Amino acid sequence: MVVQALVFYLFAAVAVASGAMVITSRNPVHSVLFLILAFFNAAGLFVLMGAEFLAMILVVVYVGAVAVLFLFVVMMLDINFVELRQGFIRYLPVGAAIGLVLLAELVLVTGAWTVAPGVPDALTAPVPPVAETTNTHALGGLLYTRYVYLFQAAGLILLIAMIGAIVLTLRSREGVRRQSIEAQNARRPEEVVEVVKVTRGGGV
Amino acid sequence: MASVGFRPKSLLLAELLSGLGLTLKYFFKPKVTINYPYEKGPLSPRFRGEHALRRYPNGEERCIACKLCEAICPAQAITIEAEPRADGSRRTTRYDIDMTKCIYCGFCQEACPVDAIVEGPNFEFATETREELFYNKEKLLANGDRWEVEIAQNLTADAPYR
Amino acid sequence: MTFLDTYVVPTAIIVAQILAIVVPLLVAVAYLTYFERKVIAAMQLRKGPNVVGPFGLLQPFADGVKLLAKETILPSGANKIVFLAAPMLTFILSLIAWAVIPFDAGMVLADINVGVLYLFAISSLGVYGVIMAGWASNSKYAFLGALRSAAQMVSYEVSIGFVIITVLLCVGSLNLSDIVEAQRTVWFAIPLLPMFVIFFVSALAETNRSPFDLPEGESELVAGYFVEYSSMSFALFFLGEYANMILMSGMTAVLFLGGWLPPFDIAPFNWIPGPIWFALKIAFVLFFFLWVRATFPRYRYDQLMRLGWKVFLPLSLLWVVVTAGVLVAFDWVP
Repeated sequence: MVVQALVFYLFAAVAVASGAMVITSRNPVHSVLFLILAFFNAAGLFVLMGAEFLAMILVVVYVGAVAVLFLFVVMMLDINFVELRQGFIRYLPVGAAIGLVLLAELVLVTGAWTVAPGVPDALTAPVPPVAETTNTHALGGLLYTRYVYLFQAAGLILLIAMIGAIVLTLRSREGVRRQSIEAQNARRPEEVVEVVKVTRGGGV
Repeated sequence: MASVGFRPKSLLLAELLSGLGLTLKYFFKPKVTINYPYEKGPLSPRFRGEHALRRYPNGEERCIACKLCEAICPAQAITIEAEPRADGSRRTTRYDIDMTKCIYCGFCQEACPVDAIVEGPNFEFATETREELFYNKEKLLANGDRWEVEIAQNLTADAPYR
Repeated sequence: MTFLDTYVVPTAIIVAQILAIVVPLLVAVAYLTYFERKVIAAMQLRKGPNVVGPFGLLQPFADGVKLLAKETILPSGANKIVFLAAPMLTFILSLIAWAVIPFDAGMVLADINVGVLYLFAISSLGVYGVIMAGWASNSKYAFLGALRSAAQMVSYEVSIGFVIITVLLCVGSLNLSDIVEAQRTVWFAIPLLPMFVIFFVSALAETNRSPFDLPEGESELVAGYFVEYSSMSFALFFLGEYANMILMSGMTAVLFLGGWLPPFDIAPFNWIPGPIWFALKIAFVLFFFLWVRATFPRYRYDQLMRLGWKVFLPLSLLWVVVTAGVLVAFDWVP
């Protein structure tokens, strides 16, 4: 158990530290890399809790796909640090005000937090041993039965968001020559090649 | 019709598989590599390799310092100085070829009226320093002595076609 | 005494197991480079390396010593930490994935329940080594190579994910040992042949191998994301790339070719122990990797993207639906 506690504190400390580095490091690429480190340590914490499926999904989805696209965009930014810091004093009051509002909201939320009536019972309910149900099965069983409508709704929202993004960026331009691979594959020598008998001095 | 005909073919990767089959066929064919330092490919009698200055069978050097090779050399790699020898014959006192300039065109051996300068069959004369590639008369004559048998053979083999 | 029993001995056992996996793996990587040169040479009617040692068998070590003896160059405009971390990351990622690969029944370092997901997660992380290297090098060739590879690896991961889902549908477990055991009657390569082909092609793209080796396309990008690397940092990329090839072959063997199982469970075949069958299957898939490299020219980038998104994604999605439908219709769901 000592080892588990040590590993927990290691993951937690690195996660918090890299979270802090995300907002303090100057170079945005470093920020994203620290964000990835934070995701990793969160995945480690999930594993410690016995939620290995969530841990792996966190790594696959957030680190493997989302953060790659993040990094992709951030690497292409051309950032001038001098210009970036010019308006710092001018925008400080606005930024501070927004930060204060967020802080107040957080305080209100945590202050007014009440635990739902059924939760303590659910927490103390016996967890089936790992050999019987893996948490993949448990998650699937819950997600596709009790929450199936919410799950489908989430899927639909994502689909609509994707269609929206495509509609916003797709533009059909005139006069662009496109490769039609089917047409190329369908070409046969006998249709397009003409064998000509050339007479001497006559040309084609 | 054709657009229907190609679909199963491309879906079953027929062309890719035939390509893979071709490379697999070559995988088992005998290899054509020549194991170079131990095996060498054939050389033409006209092969233009390292230069050599030849001698007559009695040991007299052939070169008469006419400087035709120096004149024709497109890379200006040849430098010749000449004066009469003690017996009155005209000979070179200096015959240098800068092998780093030479383009191995073979004009020098074509120009030579006495077959003195020739390009022999040797092509393995790489050196570790640049200076070693500035050939002088001794080096060229030594080359001639070393490769005389091969050079003579090549000249006779090529003679009917000249 | 209790301290020794609870902490030191298990740690020592785990370290010994890790070494038992990593050392043969690194030797296999070294000989994969030799194997590649020999196979491609044979297909091009050449002999390949045959001078260093008998049949050139010591060539990989000669290459390794040469790389070790070279100077590590740090480009002046490079971001030093990221530049040095990138090859290490690539190499580490290519090794840690082996923790869940089963070599025989019960012969696996960590028999976790989400083995397939772990493999998938690790292989999706491989892109970071490439991106970090490309960005930190501060060179346009490296950066272009990294951008290409990032887009390519993310695209093909999607179809790999769907292929894995079809296999999981047929098994009903994410545990790699269970997946192998489920293939006792028939290898999944036979009923799921189209998925097998898609997985293999996507594995080529995922490991940046020819004909999808655009990230390093030497004719236009010099060497792609690792142009600026030399010496040991280059060697780590090289080792990582080849270890990834072996890993993807191992994944193919586990998911489709029945892992350590013999092709037929009859006398002469089941005398041979499981790990040897597994190694043979990996070698067979690796030969396919090299065979493809010797046969096909490199894809153009837009064609690569088209293949990933417009051909493989719909096809694999369709097969997920078909497989699920067939399993439900015949009540074969495990």
